[in-house]
Amino acid sequence: MTKNTFSLKGRTILVTGASSGIGREVAITLHHFGATLILNARNVGRLKEVQTQIGEDKCTTVVGDLTNNDTIAKIIEACVLLDGIVHAAGVMKLLPFKFITPEALSEMMNVNFASPIHLTLELVKKRKIAKESSIVVITSISGSVVGSKANAMYAASKGALSGMIKSMAIDLAKSKIRINEIAPGMIRTEGAIIEFENTVSNEEILKDIKKYPLGTYGSPEDVANGCVYLLADASRWVTGTKLVIDGGFTVQ
Amino acid sequence: MEINEFLVKVKEVFEDTDVQLITPKSIFRDLDEWDSLTALSLIAMTDQEYSVKLTGDDINISNTLQDIFEIIKAKS
Repeated sequence: MTKNTFSLKGRTILVTGASSGIGREVAITLHHFGATLILNARNVGRLKEVQTQIGEDKCTTVVGDLTNNDTIAKIIEACVLLDGIVHAAGVMKLLPFKFITPEALSEMMNVNFASPIHLTLELVKKRKIAKESSIVVITSISGSVVGSKANAMYAASKGALSGMIKSMAIDLAKSKIRINEIAPGMIRTEGAIIEFENTVSNEEILKDIKKYPLGTYGSPEDVANGCVYLLADASRWVTGTKLVIDGGFTVQ
Repeated sequence: MEINEFLVKVKEVFEDTDVQLITPKSIFRDLDEWDSLTALSLIAMTDQEYSVKLTGDDINISNTLQDIFEIIKAKS
């Protein structure tokens, strides 16, 4: 009988940013593939909803902001031994380059880049990540592959993650810990839609959608399915790489 | 809050546009330089100078720079 190399049964996986958008869909999908979840986010109400949907027996939560050391400490405590991590926590903020301030840049880099790295570091140092486990970082085509308008800070944070992942893959390979990134194109999530609808006209959004060869923005499921592959045995020989999930945008 | 001060800041946003074309009655959408980046710059400038968050909707319902100025005044 052939083993199901996409099964996540018996695995414990930490997902950050799990209360909404991509993180939420990742958590639910990983559960469908058999994983036990530890979820982190800032919004206690929305996180509880996700936990209820998955079932408390298969899902614990740690509420808190990842830029806060206390939250990182609480997550370390909640983890016994992880078989995987999905870093889906992040923010978006459009700001034309001329208007970037040191404070805005610092904040973006802190939330999107430093926090997931810091969290991973602590988990590795405290030996909370098992051998042969797998880490997935959600980056973006913006910064990791291409540039985008009024989006230099966000792109910087994602580009920094992309660079870091390549070297981390080499350092962590000794412990057989794999790390890869998923670089999505524009995904329809509350976070992205709110930021865009507040700043960009509907006309611009429709024009943007036409730039995607497959004709639509992506959905959180598209990214979640990529996570399943990268977390499962099916990708056991895959590390330091980037899975681009973008409807064909960057191949033009 | 004075509109001429506001227009000085707007002239900085529309850096390639003849300053004579930047007046209270200017229909900003008709200016050659108007595009999504200029719109985002206007939003960023308003946030930085007036601590007011201009939205895409605010811009959609406005026609002239005076209209934008009135919205900024109302939100201050």
